[in-house]
Amino acid sequence: MGAVLAFLTRTHGRKRMDMADIMTYVYLCLGVFIMFGPVLWLILSSFKTSGEIVHFPPRILPYRQDTVQVAGYDTPLPLYNVTMKDGSVVQLAEVTRIGLESQLVDPKNPAQIIKVNIKQRVPVEHIDFGLDNYVEGINSFNFGVYLWNSVIVTLFATLLTLLVNSMAAFALSKYKFRGSNAIFMTMIATLMVPISTILVPIFLVITTIHWNNTLIGIIIPTVATPTGVFLLRQYMLTLPDELIDAARIDGASEWRIYAQIILPLAKPALAVLAIFSVMWRWNDFLWPLVVLSRSEFFTLQVGLASFQGELNVQWNLILAMTVLTLLPITLIFGILQENITTGIATTGMK
Amino acid sequence: MVLTSRIFLCPDFQPRSTYRQEVIMTQMFMHNKFVSRVSDRFNRWAQMAYDGLISLVDFVFSPLQQGIGMKRMAYVFVLPNLAIFGIFILFPMLLNFIYAFTQDPNFFLPDRAWIGTQNFNRLLTCQDFLQPGSCAEDLFWRSIYNTIQFVILQVGLMVLFSLITALILNRKIKARGFFRSVFFYPVLLSPVVVALLWKWILQDNGLFNGVITSLGFPSVPFMTDPTWARFWVIMISTWSNMGFYTLILLAGLQSIPTEMYEAARMDGATDFQLFQKIVLPMLMPTMLVVLVLSLIRAVQVFDVVYAFTGGGPGSATLYIVQYIYRNGFSSPVKQFGLAAAASLLMAIVLVVLTLAQLKLRNEEA
Repeated sequence: MGAVLAFLTRTHGRKRMDMADIMTYVYLCLGVFIMFGPVLWLILSSFKTSGEIVHFPPRILPYRQDTVQVAGYDTPLPLYNVTMKDGSVVQLAEVTRIGLESQLVDPKNPAQIIKVNIKQRVPVEHIDFGLDNYVEGINSFNFGVYLWNSVIVTLFATLLTLLVNSMAAFALSKYKFRGSNAIFMTMIATLMVPISTILVPIFLVITTIHWNNTLIGIIIPTVATPTGVFLLRQYMLTLPDELIDAARIDGASEWRIYAQIILPLAKPALAVLAIFSVMWRWNDFLWPLVVLSRSEFFTLQVGLASFQGELNVQWNLILAMTVLTLLPITLIFGILQENITTGIATTGMK
Repeated sequence: MVLTSRIFLCPDFQPRSTYRQEVIMTQMFMHNKFVSRVSDRFNRWAQMAYDGLISLVDFVFSPLQQGIGMKRMAYVFVLPNLAIFGIFILFPMLLNFIYAFTQDPNFFLPDRAWIGTQNFNRLLTCQDFLQPGSCAEDLFWRSIYNTIQFVILQVGLMVLFSLITALILNRKIKARGFFRSVFFYPVLLSPVVVALLWKWILQDNGLFNGVITSLGFPSVPFMTDPTWARFWVIMISTWSNMGFYTLILLAGLQSIPTEMYEAARMDGATDFQLFQKIVLPMLMPTMLVVLVLSLIRAVQVFDVVYAFTGGGPGSATLYIVQYIYRNGFSSPVKQFGLAAAASLLMAIVLVVLTLAQLKLRNEEA
């Protein structure tokens, strides 16, 4: 015990944890609680049945009432612990409830109906991480379609972002041509102009070329990001020009120089941009919301938002779908967290 | 004071051993023969597919290069990006002006009559600018005041918490990488997910009200009371974004050379002096970038709020981007010109903020 404590309180250099160290860890643990707690609560709640989800005050773990198949009844009946008049407790199955009176039967003796006040019965429950919400949610929410749309959009937008921006960055970093400065300056100038300020006219462009309610209408306009060009150009500037000259002497075409020399060398920068692009496109909301009005083209984010806006919101289904939506990004983060955090810390963008 | 100052003001440094960890990780993978064989085979296939694709494109690009010459290939490379950028960003920017100066409600430009600055006049007509109710477009002014309030409180709160967290993460602590990731995790969640997550916790029968009522207090209408709704919008966007700014500030803190602390310590500087005279001034450039970036993002707040409160209750959490979205897309009477005019006014604010940031970055360099 003493050894464990000594290990836990071991510090670099100094002999013991002082107050400052303790408060540091208190803050950090509080941080873990505040940052992860809500997500954990969401995940726990997503397993609750539609009855348990409205239980107030809410309980932490997902409970499910036991049921029993009784002869003479089609559906399984919920089980209760009932306190009888003589003080004994028996396990009975509820047939129906009328007002304050509950009609129950003994599973072993289904013929006889026992009537008690509802206050005398307590549900028999067990903790259950059943996947009912997920199954029902996927069926009623078109999850497959939305997921497919989101994956297609994220995948193609990211591939195109990498291709289009790296080509432009290659031209802007390795060639001197008339207009190159003008192009670069224009891009920098629009670096911070968000799509939200040109919502109406960009929608006109999309409508004119009949791209609304198509996935291509979400993918293409977001592909040419000035941020991507900027990031890749700055990286390519650090690659030595001698490599290119040598390749030219060997007779390589400009395309081969780009694709087989520059791109492989620019992998670190491409990886950062790829991570950003996946994050942006997967989480994108405003632009798909504007372009898409038919639900068969919805992405997960738009679908989720419209699902929760419907009448008679069934929270248990929404929560299950929310968990499924955050899962892919969480997995990617779990695997690539070191790359993501350092990438963002060094480039300063999101 | 002494105690808190020790926490924030006493940064310790240790080189992080990520490189060694990576080497160990790679070795672990290499030892697994199955994994390495599969990944080898995958890599070979991927390489072959890539080379094939390159050769295929080269069939088009090589003759092209012979036709126009090596130098002009630069235009070919920059063309796809420029075309998309021009059609979907630059061109709409110009169109935005036309919308702002023409009459609603027609959507297609030939049907819209030129009305000069009427849209702007309508947005800017107020008997008393401090009373949104007295304005011709009262929702516009309400959204502006809501946005101003949101920006000030949210940016202030978020930068404060990011700074505290960065200072703490910069101390000599165990598992720094883990804690850094913990604070960063919500940044990756989509705004819709963040909104639903908190709506679930804050609704009338939610977790918070459950705790409050079990303690014997009456339940609080977090979502339906205007003040509470605004409060939670600020808290939620702070929760979901602070990890990003913490990361940037932490990078700024770690770039302060250790020698400066040691030298100051030798001269007998106290913790507070260390913070005031070294950490704060050295962190100022990063701090300014963080401030401007978070300002730009806060002005554009939309998606979290849209999914969280939808602008309500009433117009308590209606912010400027949602006002634009509402006029242009979701209200039954479409007022594209008004939306365009409002977005031009917002763009002016953003351009000013961006120029400020570029200026600051140049000063820093």
